[in-house]
Amino acid sequence: MTALIEVRDLRRDYAVKRTPFAGLTTIQAVAGVSFDLAPGRTLAVVGESGCGKSTLARLVTMIEKPTSGTLKIDGIDVLSVDRAARQRLRREVQIVFQNPYGSLNPRQTIGSTLEEPLAVNAIGPAAKRSATVHAMMARVGLRPEHDRRYPHMFSGGQRQRIAIARALMLRPKVLVLDEPVSALDVSIRAQVLNLLADLQSEFGLSYLFIAHDLSVVRHIADDVMVMYLGKTVEIGSRQAIFESPQHPYTRALLSATPVADPEAKKERIVLQGEMPSPFNPPTGCSFHPRCALAVDHCRIKPPSNELKHGRLVACWRV
Amino acid sequence: MSIIEIRNLSVTFASQAGAFNAVQGFDLTVAPNEVVAIVGESGSGKSVAMLAVMGLLPWTATVTADRMRFGEHDLMALSAAKRRQLAGCELSMIFQEPMSSLNPCFTVGFQLGETLKTHLGLDRAERRRQCIELLQAVGITDAERRLSAFPHQLSGGMSQRVMIAIAVACRPKLLIADEPTTALDVTIQAQILDLLLRLRKETGMGVVLITHDMGVVAETADRVVVQYAGQQVESNTTRELFRDPHHPYTAALLAALPERAQQKLLPQIPGVVPGQFDRPAGCLFTPRCRFAFDLCGKAAPVQAGVGLGRARCHTPLVTGTPQRQKVSA
Repeated sequence: MTALIEVRDLRRDYAVKRTPFAGLTTIQAVAGVSFDLAPGRTLAVVGESGCGKSTLARLVTMIEKPTSGTLKIDGIDVLSVDRAARQRLRREVQIVFQNPYGSLNPRQTIGSTLEEPLAVNAIGPAAKRSATVHAMMARVGLRPEHDRRYPHMFSGGQRQRIAIARALMLRPKVLVLDEPVSALDVSIRAQVLNLLADLQSEFGLSYLFIAHDLSVVRHIADDVMVMYLGKTVEIGSRQAIFESPQHPYTRALLSATPVADPEAKKERIVLQGEMPSPFNPPTGCSFHPRCALAVDHCRIKPPSNELKHGRLVACWRV
Repeated sequence: MSIIEIRNLSVTFASQAGAFNAVQGFDLTVAPNEVVAIVGESGSGKSVAMLAVMGLLPWTATVTADRMRFGEHDLMALSAAKRRQLAGCELSMIFQEPMSSLNPCFTVGFQLGETLKTHLGLDRAERRRQCIELLQAVGITDAERRLSAFPHQLSGGMSQRVMIAIAVACRPKLLIADEPTTALDVTIQAQILDLLLRLRKETGMGVVLITHDMGVVAETADRVVVQYAGQQVESNTTRELFRDPHHPYTAALLAALPERAQQKLLPQIPGVVPGQFDRPAGCLFTPRCRFAFDLCGKAAPVQAGVGLGRARCHTPLVTGTPQRQKVSA
């Protein structure tokens, strides 16, 4: 099976000024990430804020160009093809953002928001576009007569449905979901997760699902990638990651996630300290200052991703 | 004796479109050393009820209650000046957004010292000594240097630690934590919850934890109050509530959690929480309830007994089945 998205050693650096007088420093937002996304599968990217998961989403959707590495969509290397081909590839990968309050234009009606992708890409005769829009609205659970309404007239859950509908207008193969449910209430969250599951089987979509809520990831993902400070620390099937996590960070993350069962007894690993600043990342393994298992070797040499216990894991101590 | 006792608290906001009942019939008691969680979705009135206790609501709000006792004080009868003395001292609160709750113009040390100066009247040297002690108690390393840090120099988790230090500076009897970890990452959330539970153990204060995260509730709270659209729909011990929820809303909320799901499709609650203008007659949960029947849309249910989690439902559930025989009662 060929991968729909193939990412190898993808990097993105930013040059930033820390103070008005200082020179530019380079920070590595994404520092060498590799993964494959197969058709119809869901890959969840998990990590804390600042680990580079949203930057990764922007790279995969071609909103930003990677500094180095390869990104292949449908077998085509994005960085080496011409502009026109890149334009075509953009249709294949669409994104849904975290905050449905900020991602919709408040001055544009829903109908026009949903029609825009079709108009921009000149898909179908103009007269038929509104019918396509209505069909998609019905599909995501919105009433077609709502197409003249503005975003403020909808609740958070409905807005997220609109954002999903907009992303699906071009019939993409891949949907990048950047924390699609973390701004929603519990009862609404279930509705949107169900909708996503339905749409995936109906359109055969692949999802790159970015999240920090592990209970949602466990429910929706086929494969899980755990990131820490721009690097992949562990990547494997859902079962491998949740049932026998190997990397100490994955273990800590799992044990820190509250479980909605007061009877559950579990060992709790409370990590000391916080994620180091990307301005001065630790030497060696970036997790070593917080790691209970760290030895001298971890402080010197960064581990690479190796296949151990049926998943790729970057740790010297596994 | 319980630290706080609230009976039938209601909060009404005067708005241009008429009166809006944000909280109705809210009851709460918290014993020393107890953690009570208030759970609900946005707009369920959980924060407003606690702001009413603190006396922090704007003038447009009308607060009524049959009883609102804090320690020996009757909060309803207390003068504004007296309440200000209580707030931040014996009764304190931390908020959801640690980054925006601290004043960006003043150092951490100043803001921490302000509480000690106002409520305890300590002199400068003593304040400094206590500030360092407090920062160390909430797990901030290098406390002495941090005193002169400004809020923008701190991370989210660090700011929340400072907020907690300010809140516990005067050894409060009751700490109200309004979504203290919602804005934080899970590993930091675990640290902050551990800190709150440790402080509770050390000082014996009561904690009211406002949250929407059922996982946080299960791991930290002793008792739970479930709010829906301004009403208290159920209250029970945490263990009982998770084992056998009596109100259909609580049951549906628990069933909708991904970690409790049995199959790929989650059992979802249809519709949305009613807003200010579309609250249904009778039981507020009727339009979304699986078990609703004709009576539900007509008459507002009364609270059931303690054995049924004080569920505000005509047919409280027992092990997932509605008890219809109680309808006439």
